[in-house]
Amino acid sequence: MDPRRYSRVIDPKVRQVGFCPRSGQVQNQSGPTGPSTSPPVSHISPSSNSLSPVMIPPPRHPSDAASRAVNVPATATTPLRPRRPSFDDPNNNSSSTEQLVVSSYNPDESVLGTSPPFSGIGDDRDGDAESEFSDNSVNWIRQNDSGRFPLSLAPDGRFDSAAAKEKQSKKPQVGSRKERGGGQTAEVRNDLPSESKPLKEKTSKAERRALQEAQRAVKAAAKAGGNKSKAASLSAHEQTNKAAKLPLQRKDDGPVTSSAAVSERRGGERPPEKDRKKDAPAPRMQFDDKNRVEKAKKRSVVKQTEARNRVELFRHLPQYEHGTQLPDLESKFFQLDPMHPSIYKVGLQYLAGDIRGGNARCVAMLQAFSEAIKDYSTPPEKTLTRDLTAKVNNFVSFLIECRPLSISMGNAIRFLKSRIAKLPITLSEAEAKSSLCSDIERFINEKIVIAEKVIVEHAVTKIQDGDVLLTYGSSAVVEMVILHAHKLGKQFRVVIVDSRPRFEGQALLRKLVKIGVSCTYTHINAVSYIMREVTRVFLGAASVFSNGTVYSRVGTACVAMVAHAFHVPVLVCCEAYKFHERVLLDSICSNELGDPDAISKVPGRMDINSLHDGTNKENLQLLNLMYDATPPDYISMIVTEYGMIPTTSVPVIVREYGREHLLI
Amino acid sequence: MPDVHALVNDFLIKLKRRKIEGSKATAKVTAEVLRSFISQQRLPNTNQAGALIDAVKAVGEQLIAANPVELAVGNVVRRVLHIIREEDLSLTAAAIGGLSLSAGSDDEDDVGHDEHPALSAAAVAAAARSTLRPPSLQTLLEDVPHTAAVPHTSSSGGDSEGKSKSADKNSSTKRLKHNVIEAVNELIQDIVTCHEQIAEQAVEHIHQNEVILTLGSSRTVVEFLCAAKEKKRSFRVFVAEGAPRYQGHTLAKELVTRGLQTTVITDSAVFAMISRVNMVIVGAHAVMANGGVIAPVGLNMVALAAQRHAVPFVVLAGIHKLCPLYPHNPEVLLNELRSPSELLDFGEFSDCLDFGSGSGSPILHVVNPAFDYVPPNLVSLFITDTGGHNPSYMYRLIADYYSANDLVLQRRSAS
Repeated sequence: MDPRRYSRVIDPKVRQVGFCPRSGQVQNQSGPTGPSTSPPVSHISPSSNSLSPVMIPPPRHPSDAASRAVNVPATATTPLRPRRPSFDDPNNNSSSTEQLVVSSYNPDESVLGTSPPFSGIGDDRDGDAESEFSDNSVNWIRQNDSGRFPLSLAPDGRFDSAAAKEKQSKKPQVGSRKERGGGQTAEVRNDLPSESKPLKEKTSKAERRALQEAQRAVKAAAKAGGNKSKAASLSAHEQTNKAAKLPLQRKDDGPVTSSAAVSERRGGERPPEKDRKKDAPAPRMQFDDKNRVEKAKKRSVVKQTEARNRVELFRHLPQYEHGTQLPDLESKFFQLDPMHPSIYKVGLQYLAGDIRGGNARCVAMLQAFSEAIKDYSTPPEKTLTRDLTAKVNNFVSFLIECRPLSISMGNAIRFLKSRIAKLPITLSEAEAKSSLCSDIERFINEKIVIAEKVIVEHAVTKIQDGDVLLTYGSSAVVEMVILHAHKLGKQFRVVIVDSRPRFEGQALLRKLVKIGVSCTYTHINAVSYIMREVTRVFLGAASVFSNGTVYSRVGTACVAMVAHAFHVPVLVCCEAYKFHERVLLDSICSNELGDPDAISKVPGRMDINSLHDGTNKENLQLLNLMYDATPPDYISMIVTEYGMIPTTSVPVIVREYGREHLLI
Repeated sequence: MPDVHALVNDFLIKLKRRKIEGSKATAKVTAEVLRSFISQQRLPNTNQAGALIDAVKAVGEQLIAANPVELAVGNVVRRVLHIIREEDLSLTAAAIGGLSLSAGSDDEDDVGHDEHPALSAAAVAAAARSTLRPPSLQTLLEDVPHTAAVPHTSSSGGDSEGKSKSADKNSSTKRLKHNVIEAVNELIQDIVTCHEQIAEQAVEHIHQNEVILTLGSSRTVVEFLCAAKEKKRSFRVFVAEGAPRYQGHTLAKELVTRGLQTTVITDSAVFAMISRVNMVIVGAHAVMANGGVIAPVGLNMVALAAQRHAVPFVVLAGIHKLCPLYPHNPEVLLNELRSPSELLDFGEFSDCLDFGSGSGSPILHVVNPAFDYVPPNLVSLFITDTGGHNPSYMYRLIADYYSANDLVLQRRSAS
């Protein structure tokens, strides 16, 4: 394992989860992949098919980024690196804090020994030694929150090394180990500033995060270790900081270690609290809240009538009479001037059900946004950032009226908004627009198109000759996996399980039969009959929540459950951009209701009509759920573009890479 | 005689063409056919029971072969055989009792029987069961070398003793047939009214505000739920529609007309909804001796989901559904594949189905099984017309209704 591990100095951001792939392989996986690049993955002997090493390729390897066809500024994430220097190694913890503490100071402050320029902001700066540490971090956060992050990174990095050196000269008793660590990181930093300069503004969030991380790590080390030496050295180091930078400070030499711990706890906990509160998704609209529904109705563009006979359990979800909105919207086409035609078109397509599936809907929406942005011009006396954000909000609420957003779309919108919010003010309108459009394009390309290819490469290694694959419904990624495996000449059979009311599996069946894959088609009710001959189950997902729950087309949970009962491995293929930090336990709290009339009608079966006349009866309700939540223990692994992971690793992906899409 | 043959043949054809569906209807018709068959049967003076059993077995074999999946046929045939044995036994018991008491009281005893024949069959059968079983165990032990030596006639081994004992009872010639027919009538009555008896227990199992899930359609389930409704219980029912036959729609309609709060869901939403369900109540196609259930397709999935969420899985089954056989690989051997047209439009996929490209094996298979097997560990409770039972108790319940000699009916045709 060790020889394969990257040296931390090169890229400290990379954290290996489990086993890590060889570097060549990594590049293949995250680069644009064709059949030619597959060998490292697919030619591995069957032994590699037993539950594989979990591979999480580093998302941004410098060489990787360079080789990528897509023009990614490799610099985008680099500012992260100095901030999280190798948390894995407890020995380095103290040095990393040291670095961070140092870096959180303003250069002038320490060099000149004057009071820091932010002292006005931190109001509790009365020289209390205990609050000093946390005070600093508060300053930090405030800087970032105010959005004007005055520390340019370049001087910061440079200054860091200077500070380290300064400390070396000043306080030799701090410990040679720490100095080494400090010097090392400083070196690393020294070659960063030039490239990290242009994108400094986008890094504030990541910076904050890095700080938290470091502080948490230090706290853990201080707590767990309990060895006085470290704590003492830490506090000593803290004191050196104080001594060097805050000469006015009142000295409190009492219980040093405890005060250090307290201050650390404060410093460590406060920012994440803030951060988390802000990041926690706002509670979704609950449709049993009458006031809010009324408000929403007033605002809405699409005129919808609520379905009359609704299921009690699902009052909190929107359900409208189907078929009334479409003509209404069509007639309004020329009245709704704020709505861009492309948005309008996509909305209608959602409404009519022409675009289905998480990826398709997301891509359509992003492309429509791109169109709308191209045609956008900032009205006079308004700033582009604000106005465009409002516009996008407008678009989104229109789309929600057409059909509730999928998680993937939510994530994509979040990405777009953050891009808009972080547009440099210096950019001209045309530049800003083109940058946004290229961002969107890159999102589609990286998060969906390439991610799918990588997933296919991963998943195809799990298909062997003689396998019987089972899939449910029609998932775009699973379809690509099957097609690719067929192209590679693997001999296998596919069982397509389908269900009412959409019979999406029939489309997949048609495609597979056309290219000559041997298929078995059956209903979800017969899944336990057919499961005994199945060797692998491949499922798609609409979203994966951070407790490992897979949110997918209704029926997926049933299939996974039966597969679990028959001891058949269940593989869920899902792009990482669909991961979400929310948690979900059941299928009731969060779901989407489809057209209830689809339940009573059975296409092609004229003999089944007992519910036609009865739909208006008071006691009869028809429930057409769209999604369900599969508990994590039914799922053997989730195949993402970052590798094949167990469900327990979903929060890791969300944590490590979830924010990354803000940084593309 | 010829019209009986016509009747049997007619029924055979219906079974083969699957014109008769549902275990209850099949069981009822089987019992009626057997009744008329018995009534037309001309019996010899000696060994009436043995002759009757042989004749019924011969017919029963044909019936079972006509639709081996419909276990109710075999069940009813076995029940009728059991009835014949019991009647025979009770007659001999009465005879022995009469003989042992006094020779003169013989006539009185017969008269006493004739006075209430309908009651006598059941009462005497029960009495015979209780009084004669323990000694019969002894005779069974004594007979062991005898039956082992002659395996072919093992089925008639029991008869041989009946023959010897009934030989001197010429007066019982007609009585046996008469009693058997009475008992079969009772059986038919039982089959027809079984759901009423099951429904009587509904209030004990359904409480206020309960949420019940069911799949497909079953007369017994409808009666069960409605019985609870009539007792002023208000509860909600989720009905999974049970594709591809969509019998859930008819069930839902029926429940709605009876005023029950009903929600129809797709089969795929079963897992999503089961977390809010208090009880799963379903009908069965057949109940095996090990407590496993042959049920409409999809119920295994429901049972697994119910187990996952610790929801009681209750199976309603009339006694005609109790099958004395232990299943082996029931998902395949006791299953039936129905037409693919229920799942796929031939018009749309006919080109795909023909895609076999001459290799002989078509590229597209459509699997449409009719039944599911629910293993006993997934079933919480059976409610039969005799009350609630554990799956592990079913074998014993079944032993009350069937004679061990009849378990294998097809033996003779095979040998």
